[in-house]
Amino acid sequence: MHYLEFEKPLAEIEGKAEELRAMAHGEDAVDMEAEAKGLDKKAESLLADLYKDLTPWRKCQVARHPDRPHCRDYIEALFTEYTPLAGDRNFADDAAVMGGLARLNDRPVVVIGQEKGTDTQSRLHHNFGMARPEGYRKAIRLMEMADKFGLPVVTLVDTPGAYPGKGAEERGQSEAIARSTQKCLEIGVPLISVVIGEGGSGGAVAFATANKLMMLEHSVYSVISPEGCASILWKNADKMREAAEALRLTAQDLLKLEIIDQIIPEPVGGAQRDRDTVLDGVGKAIEAAIAQFEGKSPKELIKHRREKFLNMGSKGLAA
Amino acid sequence: MNWITNYVRPRINSLFSRREVPENLWRKCDECGTMLFHRELTENQNVCTNCDHHMAITPRDRFDALFDGAIYAEVEVPEPIADPLHFRDQKKYPDRMKAAQKKTGEKEAMLVAEGEIGRTSVVVAAQDFGFMGGSMSMFVGNAIVAAAERAVETGRPLVLFSAAGGARMQEGILGLMQMPRTTIAIEMLKEAGLPYIVVLTHPTTGGVTASYAMLGDVHIAEPNALIGFAGARVIEQTIRETLPEGFQRAEYLLEHGMLDRVTHRKNMKDELVTIIRMLTKQTPPIKGDLPAPEAEAATSE
Repeated sequence: MHYLEFEKPLAEIEGKAEELRAMAHGEDAVDMEAEAKGLDKKAESLLADLYKDLTPWRKCQVARHPDRPHCRDYIEALFTEYTPLAGDRNFADDAAVMGGLARLNDRPVVVIGQEKGTDTQSRLHHNFGMARPEGYRKAIRLMEMADKFGLPVVTLVDTPGAYPGKGAEERGQSEAIARSTQKCLEIGVPLISVVIGEGGSGGAVAFATANKLMMLEHSVYSVISPEGCASILWKNADKMREAAEALRLTAQDLLKLEIIDQIIPEPVGGAQRDRDTVLDGVGKAIEAAIAQFEGKSPKELIKHRREKFLNMGSKGLAA
Repeated sequence: MNWITNYVRPRINSLFSRREVPENLWRKCDECGTMLFHRELTENQNVCTNCDHHMAITPRDRFDALFDGAIYAEVEVPEPIADPLHFRDQKKYPDRMKAAQKKTGEKEAMLVAEGEIGRTSVVVAAQDFGFMGGSMSMFVGNAIVAAAERAVETGRPLVLFSAAGGARMQEGILGLMQMPRTTIAIEMLKEAGLPYIVVLTHPTTGGVTASYAMLGDVHIAEPNALIGFAGARVIEQTIRETLPEGFQRAEYLLEHGMLDRVTHRKNMKDELVTIIRMLTKQTPPIKGDLPAPEAEAATSE
């Protein structure tokens, strides 16, 4: 179990309970188990307390939690016959972006998402979920295919942002992102998007310009990382707590602002503590969202997205 | 009232104003350091007469140089709600806005106008880097949507001069949402079959480049303009390499296939007219500095 900084008191209690259980033997075992159970209870209520009212900065940490289910986990758990399709037909295949054909409850769909990786090797392979132009161009290609064959598109968003690299710039990172956003707006099939972790700026917009955008309870979606914002506006990267607060990047604030359409709840202690519940919840939400747009004509779907985004921002946060 | 207030004040005032004069009359080129006489610089559209460095130019000065006889009509932009997030960093967002408004004399970071350039009807939008770094706010998004709607309504091409560091952080996610919103504006032009020409000026980066600035039918940049997605410093920290000279400059992007042309500011008007008139199947243009359509009509009568 990986503990976040603010979970340290919890780590202590859970650690103690574990120690007690490891030491328990002979006649003391019953007493020790009772004591350990007491600690379990204490840990449980502390966990509930910690997660009841997460500050925006803590939400960012939870959204980036290494044990949180990633794109690959969702694809494996929710879809059958997942058939990855590779390449942008121009330059390369970008492992930061997973995608292909799959079935969701037997219904064929196109699924696309950013994958961060889970250990050093896979993180490097997936480039920490930071796509290069090839990744966005692969997404464009898959969206075009979905459009051509009338398949709904499901996107899973989890990226710190687009990759800031020399080659990425030379091959048109900006153009690739712009075209991907444009493609999201042009396809005549339902586009359903879920922010499962980090929705990092333009790199997320390129996937999340959807008919229905949902966010997990502790995920974030922001114009810039709190660290980046702090170093620009506060001239001090350590002011990320203040920046996270000011940016209004939590799912809860974004629902109030009508940027997103729905929040998918997470178990107490976040998605990393009970993966099955989260995977199941996301699956059901995606299915319901696709059903919601079933039977709508391509024209209606395009119009729906347009009006939704053009109206965005007509409402601020209440004072 | 006594004799001191009557006597001393005017002297202090005259002292101050005398000190201000040289600053207003001369401007130093940021590139070569040459002191340039302001009238000469204005006449040269803020391009250094010594080294050809293209300095920032306000949307109004740009419009004056672009439209025939400096005649144009502003297109009204719907006002978004102010400070939607109640954003506060070291300063409050409304205070930053007020400071920017005072500094530029403009309401926001983009101006839209319609009129004729080289006797060719167009809608022109220009971003103001002097206003909070030209950053893409809800107003900027509204301006681009309004420009596209006006262009569609009147059947005119849209020319957009971009200049911004990216989305406006003080509007958070709403700044970011201008990426899809402005993309919708470009979609409207595309469907109406109207040309959309982007002129990328120094600097155009971040979410602005990653939306409307890279979706043009034709991309023209001013010489040496910085154009890119990520900042050079961030890239250097990420890849731990020094970047080549000229990286993310207009000429570099031209070489890498991201731009159609790099064009000197003094030739921009003629070039725009030439391209637009071909795309819209009009007769070849009459080039040069034309008088305002009204003035010409008056003299011919």
